[in-house]
Amino acid sequence: MGELYDRFGPALSTGFVALVLMWLAGMVLAPNLMMIDYALRPNLTPSEIGTAADGYTLSNILYFFGEDVHLAIFFKTVWASTLVAAVTLVVCYPLAFWLAQTATRGQTALVLLALTIPFWINEVLRTLAWYIILAFRGPLNELLLATGLIEAPMRWYGDGGVLAGMVYAFILFMLFPVYNAIESLERAQIEAARDLGASTVRIHARIVIPHAKAGIATGCVFTFMLAAGTYVAPALLGAPGSRWFTQIIYNWFFEGGDWNRGAAYALVLLVLCLAVVLVSLRVARVSLADVAR
Amino acid sequence: MGSPPGGLSNSLRAIPEIHAMSHSVELADVGMSFGDTRAVSDVSFTVESGEFFSILGPSGCGKTTILRMIAGFLQPTAGSVRIGGQDMKGLGPDQRPTAMIFQSLALFPLMPVWENIAFGLEARGMSRPDRRRRAEALLETIALPGFGDRMPGELSGGQRQRVAIARALAVEPQVLLLDEPLSALDLKLRQHMRAELRSLQKRTGVTFIYITHDQSEALAMSDRVAVMSAGILQQVGRPRELYDDPETPFVARFVGETNALAGKITQSDGMHVGVETAIGPMKGRARQPLSPGQSAHIYVRPEAMAISRAGDQEPASPHTNQTEVTIARLDFEGAFALVHGATNTGETLVAAVASTGLSAMPEVGSKAIFRFPAEHGMVLADG
Repeated sequence: MGELYDRFGPALSTGFVALVLMWLAGMVLAPNLMMIDYALRPNLTPSEIGTAADGYTLSNILYFFGEDVHLAIFFKTVWASTLVAAVTLVVCYPLAFWLAQTATRGQTALVLLALTIPFWINEVLRTLAWYIILAFRGPLNELLLATGLIEAPMRWYGDGGVLAGMVYAFILFMLFPVYNAIESLERAQIEAARDLGASTVRIHARIVIPHAKAGIATGCVFTFMLAAGTYVAPALLGAPGSRWFTQIIYNWFFEGGDWNRGAAYALVLLVLCLAVVLVSLRVARVSLADVAR
Repeated sequence: MGSPPGGLSNSLRAIPEIHAMSHSVELADVGMSFGDTRAVSDVSFTVESGEFFSILGPSGCGKTTILRMIAGFLQPTAGSVRIGGQDMKGLGPDQRPTAMIFQSLALFPLMPVWENIAFGLEARGMSRPDRRRRAEALLETIALPGFGDRMPGELSGGQRQRVAIARALAVEPQVLLLDEPLSALDLKLRQHMRAELRSLQKRTGVTFIYITHDQSEALAMSDRVAVMSAGILQQVGRPRELYDDPETPFVARFVGETNALAGKITQSDGMHVGVETAIGPMKGRARQPLSPGQSAHIYVRPEAMAISRAGDQEPASPHTNQTEVTIARLDFEGAFALVHGATNTGETLVAAVASTGLSAMPEVGSKAIFRFPAEHGMVLADG
């Protein structure tokens, strides 16, 4: 803080600090506090507001823990988000390694541009593209039929479609941190390991992955949080059997008309996601500060 | 700097010869092109088994490319590399009996020292307790006992250097390749590590191929030195041969300090030649007969140049060259001083004078005579 004031003078620095505080208060704290407030109040008709019934209660949260179907969908969401993060990592890691250690500057620029361009399009439209690709009479089925890999068209909507759509949607959030982490690895270390007789698998297991651990953890945290909180992919690419927890929350808000219960569900999702992230970071021995970097 | 002088050499004495065998390395007409750029052309030399061989040259001369071709990181685009008589064509670095010490050392920063040292053994499938034992033995060898559980980041530059050496020796290579590993160390430590490397090489009997741009390093440590320039091998020889009898103008200028005077051959009598230079006729020694009229340089080492006061001219003799200069500058370097003399044609000649004789030197600005014997004037044709 002192350094900030020394460098930019009191007026500008106070301005910066005020902006950051406003941003934190207005965009982070206030909505969350309101959500907590909603979650802890019963759903009342306008006439009941202000009466004795208008007090804090845990009933909305307890209701969730009593709903077996909702609980099942909740844990499935957590598990499936983990799977999304894992699959995204598996897809991104070889590409990130190639970009960071092998590719020429021109190749890197070209590939990163090619990967970024689709992200200039709205997420809903990108997911719609997958909706088309995976359709029953869509291009993927046509291609597989034409090559003789399948004999009848497959129904891709459901768990598989949701997974594909999400992996595609979040690829950059995994690629960039992993790429940055691998890029900072001195190439001589890989060469030294090779020179000492290490196989490719051992080089990655002992040299590259340990070095890139913070980047991998960052990518996984991003991807996991995005996956757990996404709505578009399961809504478009899902099937009744692949419902996402965000869809339940949405239903409470916009179909059930019970904002309080929706807020309670959202709170549960937030807390449990946070717990999953913190525990996995602890297990991987990566500090939150490394992730933020 | 926490590295006890002499520690490595002393403790090594107790270690049995772990590498009874070592391999020779032969390069035959080796060339390397990157796209249209030729990094190395037609390089041939043989490194004898058990030799300390250096490749010396300025940066960008292709010496690192040669080392990487021997290590297997690059496959030559022409010619062949043989190690111990075996053609290495198509073999990767993990399949060759070589180990490399990188310029940056490339220690694995996230592994403790002992795992670094034992990494090559781990790759060979040795069990963890055995690896640990081998690493501890090697830590004794490099005089760092008890350092196994430290992290590389906690070591000093000299200690890291030794860990890198131990890591390379752990896989018992026949040939050790060193890519300027001392360049990051400060002068005192570098001199100390030179002696350690030399003694380590003698004790292990492993063939060392050492890359450097520092000619004093190459001269001090090596059995033989190959001098490279612009991808071309200039000369291979013992350090004294390179210094006293350079074969090419590049070697004459690059290895050690030298005075170079341009001129034309006036007469040639076997090895004895006369050169007409801007400051008058000079007599020198050629390594091969030269024909009159050829343009050439006469090269004189600063320490071959003697200084006397103006007026002390000796009578002209067929064995000595002399010229009158004005003392322009005196660079004091400690053990000796470099005296710069300007000739009346504006050229500068440099003489090295032992510091003990400095008091007898003419003052800066006064006239003096620079003199050198004809046998110390090395005459090489240009081109």
